Amino acid sequence: MTDDATIEPAQATEPAAEDVDAAAEALIEDVALAALDAAELEVAADGQTVTAWIDRAGYVELMAAARNAGFDTFVDLCAVDYFRRQPRFEVVVIVFALEQRRRLLVKVGVPGGEPTLDSLTPLWPGANFYEREAYDLFGIHFSGHPDLTRILLPDDWEGHPLRKDYAVGSVPVQFKGAHQTP
Amino acid sequence: MSDTPNIVTGDFEAPTIEPPPDSGAAPGTAGKQRREVHDVWIAGTEEPRVAQSTNEGAQELLPAGQEPAAAVQRGTVVDDDYLFGYDSEQEERQIINMGPQHPSTHGVLRLQMELEGETIRRVKPIIGYLHTGMEKTAETLTWLQGPTNVTRMDYLSPFFNELAFSMAAEDLLGVDIPARGQAIRILMTELNRISSHLIWLSTQGMDIGALSLMLYGWRERELLLAFFEKTTGLRMNHNYIRPGGVAADLPDGWEDDVEEILEVIPKAMEEYDELIAANPIFLDRTQGIGVLTIEECKAYGVTGPIARASGMAVDLRKIFPYSGIEQYEFDVPVGKTGDTYDRYLVRMEEMRQSMRIVRQVLETMPAGDYRTEDRKVTPPPRKRIDESMEALIHHFKIFTSGFKVPAGDVYRAVESPRGELGMYIVSSGGPRPWRVHARAPSFNHVQALPAMMTDSLVADIIATLASVDPVLGDVDR
Repeated sequence: MTDDATIEPAQATEPAAEDVDAAAEALIEDVALAALDAAELEVAADGQTVTAWIDRAGYVELMAAARNAGFDTFVDLCAVDYFRRQPRFEVVVIVFALEQRRRLLVKVGVPGGEPTLDSLTPLWPGANFYEREAYDLFGIHFSGHPDLTRILLPDDWEGHPLRKDYAVGSVPVQFKGAHQTP
Repeated sequence: MSDTPNIVTGDFEAPTIEPPPDSGAAPGTAGKQRREVHDVWIAGTEEPRVAQSTNEGAQELLPAGQEPAAAVQRGTVVDDDYLFGYDSEQEERQIINMGPQHPSTHGVLRLQMELEGETIRRVKPIIGYLHTGMEKTAETLTWLQGPTNVTRMDYLSPFFNELAFSMAAEDLLGVDIPARGQAIRILMTELNRISSHLIWLSTQGMDIGALSLMLYGWRERELLLAFFEKTTGLRMNHNYIRPGGVAADLPDGWEDDVEEILEVIPKAMEEYDELIAANPIFLDRTQGIGVLTIEECKAYGVTGPIARASGMAVDLRKIFPYSGIEQYEFDVPVGKTGDTYDRYLVRMEEMRQSMRIVRQVLETMPAGDYRTEDRKVTPPPRKRIDESMEALIHHFKIFTSGFKVPAGDVYRAVESPRGELGMYIVSSGGPRPWRVHARAPSFNHVQALPAMMTDSLVADIIATLASVDPVLGDVDR
């Protein structure tokens, strides 16, 4: 083995449990205080994840506050179709704070009649593909997104397949650009 | 982080590649040179169809002393041109597609690149060619059938997909896995990390011209796949880790097989290091190429070896330990510069650390059951089926209608060879999941490609892409 000068194995040390909990509490307070004026916010926490439910109105504000509070790593964004529940859709965003070793899981309801939500791309460019995916599969529009186009399905696909009213196997395969010769 | 990272400042613009805004010129005739317009008649019609000749772009060599690419490329901050406005002062450019059928894109990734001579000015990754609707399929499968589906997502590290899915399901079920089941899971996933990194090493070597690495890497991987086949019955897509434990106990004589792996792989790795770690061509092709900063990693959600090579000390095995991995000793390698060479070093060290873990698992493998005692998720033992009608019915029910999982939602993530592989699963209390979402590490890494590739040379695209090691089954799902 050669002498690899640019690398040094670093043991990530575990901080004491009470320190982590105190940090998490402070973090929840910070995030909650910043967003409480804007909308209703509920917070629940376990060992790893802080979960927050928020209205559409205060969503971006909460995420900006979370980013300033240390949750600066973008992890995940996905949508869930609850179909007969109000609001119909729920967008779940996960961000991560490396220093505090906590995940923040934000859930925001999106009504089925008007499925729009503000985009997170100004805060995290990594939200770009995930929001395109949620648009593609659920038809949720993210206002302020720089390029809200289909990402996984062909551009001329009809419908949003992960919605619960989009049945499995009932749609013929669409061959892009196929045409019949006379 | 109070202020904005440097990659998200500036005006946002639709990242579709547009011609430079040139006032006065008609659309499609942008640029300094007027394009020739030919009238083409289609036989049998009277309608003339207007076609434009292809603009070849700037093909001539740059003047001596002017090397814009190399100057920008050696820097540490690479701006994401993909989100930025277009500079109308620029020279004429041409757009070419790399992929989706290109041997160096590791699958069906398509990179739309805007070239200025030999320099990449803008890159747009286009995905979706391998989309098979696995998340929709997952909603039609029972919880026990789920791993069959998700194991095909990241097909180079199938055990990790199964583990993330099973851990999420077990969280909702509230079942505990016995120590032997946990240890088998760690053993298989860490061996899988080695086999996956061997594929990366092979393709990384092949893509930049070190063809012998391709042969050696696959040769050693064969040893691991043979062990996987002996244990699970399949070389890939194992469906071995399931909610409730693992599908079967380790085969007789597994210690000898693992011992052989632990003997052969370190020797082979010395060979690889001898071949390329100090090879001047390899160093020249990888050092300072495809640099990603910590800020960019955080903004794009880049995890795993790429983030660690950039100096971000993040490893879910240390931060949120799973499956009892906290009882084994191992180190997390962290790089400094975040270039392709650091990613090489980090992954090589990770393989050594994985072997350390495997060695400890081998020495401390606990006895006992390999799956949970909970009869709700575990079928009755084979012997009971012969003597008890109820046991037979129980077995039949588990494998036909499946078991019900309490309503709720959970996100569980594992440290796959590529980064954070998470599963967000919603259960409505029925025998099938209501929603399964896979947080794929390659998905994030592909969208961070413009940040790594902009203003680099065409040849370095290949080296960078190989160092990212995307699996398109994971990206498109």
